[in-house]
Amino acid sequence: MTDKDGKSMPNEREPGVPSRDAPVTTRPKEPPTRRAFLTGATSLFGAAAAHVLLAPFLGHAANGSGDPTRVPGALATEYGRRSPFERAKRLTKPQRSRTPLQDLHGIVTPSALHFERHHNGVPLIDPAKHRLLVHGLVERPLLFTLAELKRFPSISRLVFIECSGNSGKEWKGPKGKTVQEIHGLTSTSEWTGVRLSTVLSEAGLTPGAAWMLAEGSDAAAMTRSLPLNRVLDEALLCYAQNGEPLRPEQGYPLRLLVPGYEGNTCIKWLRRLKLVASPMMTREETSKYTDLMPDGTARQFTFDMEAKSVITAPSGGQRLKKTGYVEIRGLAWSGRGRVEKVEVSVDGGKNWRTARLQAPVLPKCHTRFCLDWWWDGGKAVLQSRCIDETGYRQPARQDLVEVRGTNSYYHYNAIQSWQIDEAGNVRNG
Amino acid sequence: MDRWERARVRGRSLLLLLFVILAAGPADVWGGSKDALFHLGRVATPEEIQAWDIDVAPDGEGLPAGRGTVEAGERVYAGHCAGCHGGTGVEGPSPKLVGGQGTLASAHPVKTVGSYWPYATTLFDYIYRAMPFVAPQSLTPDQVYAVTAWILFQNGLLDKDVVLDRETLPKVRMPHRTGFVPDPRPDVNRPGS
Ligand code: HEC
Repeated sequence: MTDKDGKSMPNEREPGVPSRDAPVTTRPKEPPTRRAFLTGATSLFGAAAAHVLLAPFLGHAANGSGDPTRVPGALATEYGRRSPFERAKRLTKPQRSRTPLQDLHGIVTPSALHFERHHNGVPLIDPAKHRLLVHGLVERPLLFTLAELKRFPSISRLVFIECSGNSGKEWKGPKGKTVQEIHGLTSTSEWTGVRLSTVLSEAGLTPGAAWMLAEGSDAAAMTRSLPLNRVLDEALLCYAQNGEPLRPEQGYPLRLLVPGYEGNTCIKWLRRLKLVASPMMTREETSKYTDLMPDGTARQFTFDMEAKSVITAPSGGQRLKKTGYVEIRGLAWSGRGRVEKVEVSVDGGKNWRTARLQAPVLPKCHTRFCLDWWWDGGKAVLQSRCIDETGYRQPARQDLVEVRGTNSYYHYNAIQSWQIDEAGNVRNG
Repeated sequence: MDRWERARVRGRSLLLLLFVILAAGPADVWGGSKDALFHLGRVATPEEIQAWDIDVAPDGEGLPAGRGTVEAGERVYAGHCAGCHGGTGVEGPSPKLVGGQGTLASAHPVKTVGSYWPYATTLFDYIYRAMPFVAPQSLTPDQVYAVTAWILFQNGLLDKDVVLDRETLPKVRMPHRTGFVPDPRPDVNRPGS
């Protein structure tokens, strides 16, 4: 399987193939400037000294053209980066970027590749100056520093976040090309923070507090109202993602996380929680993030991200190069709990097989599924459907559209079909 | 008391002491109690709260003092908004603010303040916190009342001579006010169906 544009091997020789006929002293593939520099440096200080000076990526280590067992490698670095051969990247628009699901393994999204969505840019916030205000229907309005929030009992949890607009263009029919373009607004991280309920009990809820307005300190001062009885059990105020402080585009230094809810409720750059009696009807819960139905009514506070799955390989834009074994791989998730089962079809939904689920299978978290397939070189239509622990089954496109029409834009979770032709090209369809 | 008797008594009191230490231990060693507050954070002053408390509720709670007319709003709009939203609020490129009434149930719904928004207070709240896009929170309450009035007027939802303020704004009736319904999902493939 290669990309549509057939990413070529960075190496002349097959990687990992043992060979003694590539002496380390000749470097035919090296750029001349570097070779000249290296030769000069070598004669001056000797190889070891030059190596120290020119670390981290040098000579064979820089372009991988030689035998890595014959030349010292790069030195230790303070903050690691990926191999220069790796190119997976987010697909960006000014206010959003999409995760390259087709390039990832397992369930955790690298922080640098976690999708982003913001409503007026990513603010630059000094954590020493950041404050969280908790006020409204509370006994004591409180102001917290980040250091104080980090002192509370902590909790870490692997949770997916999906934008409710993920796959939204597909309401109108198959539009996107790649799995990244269509479904890349979902990612999973391990999030660490303090329970919302812990912080709220510190302020003391007063009777009548039923909703909470959460506000970000970005240029959109993004706000959402959330029903306390539904979010108190699970919501976290997070300061860390995958073991380190949040990425700026994920809300550094503090974000709300409501597991299973549409992404925009997980207010980033969180600066204020106001306890109120009823929803504030902000622009983001009236004009946006409401689902227009065919009869002209609109559904409001459609928080849960319903069960969904997608095959990430083979997927749109890729090509099967050879007949024979293919491991069908994908991700499944549900905002209502655990993934119970994923079924896969290679004939457009006529026959289904149960996929293997890779451990761990966690509630409200991406779950990796795999299935063995031997491609015979003929046409195929690959599909997957997720069944979650509530018994809900991911719907076929026509079943979803029959109920909701094609104007709701948000919360599209229908079965994705990938068409494969005899040449092995994979297309959305 | 013989030697053994004394040893037994001593043993018993040692056991008792151990029991007391064990029973009281966690509280003494770890301090606090399960129900106590953590005493983190400090009480916010009214000034600190006021500085950030900019939200406006549908009943008008939170609206600042101030007032604005359609006429004044026309000038605010031309100077601060028209460049992105178009001269009359429909040209764009940024979202259409005007029109679309009666289109929501059609194949090509046009969602605008006039056709879709359930509350006029939301318009004030949003402009006050987030617009103009390049300079959010730069307008005075008077300017926001005025431009709000102008957008409502353009949508046919306000008479030209009404002055908008914290009393009159919440009374503006929006056409789609009763058009929102609660989430009925799961609505497709219900478990057990
Ligand atoms: C630099 C361009 C720009 C300027 C100037 C600007 N806006 Fe906007 N406006 C936008 C963009 C972009 C959005 C969409 C933001 C989003 O979706 O997050 C928007 C959204 C809005 C919305 C919400 C529309 C909807 O249907 O949800 C309103 C209302 C609005 N602007 C009013 C104003 C007013 C009033 C002014 C002048 C005071 C103004 N804007 C100035 C770019 C601009």
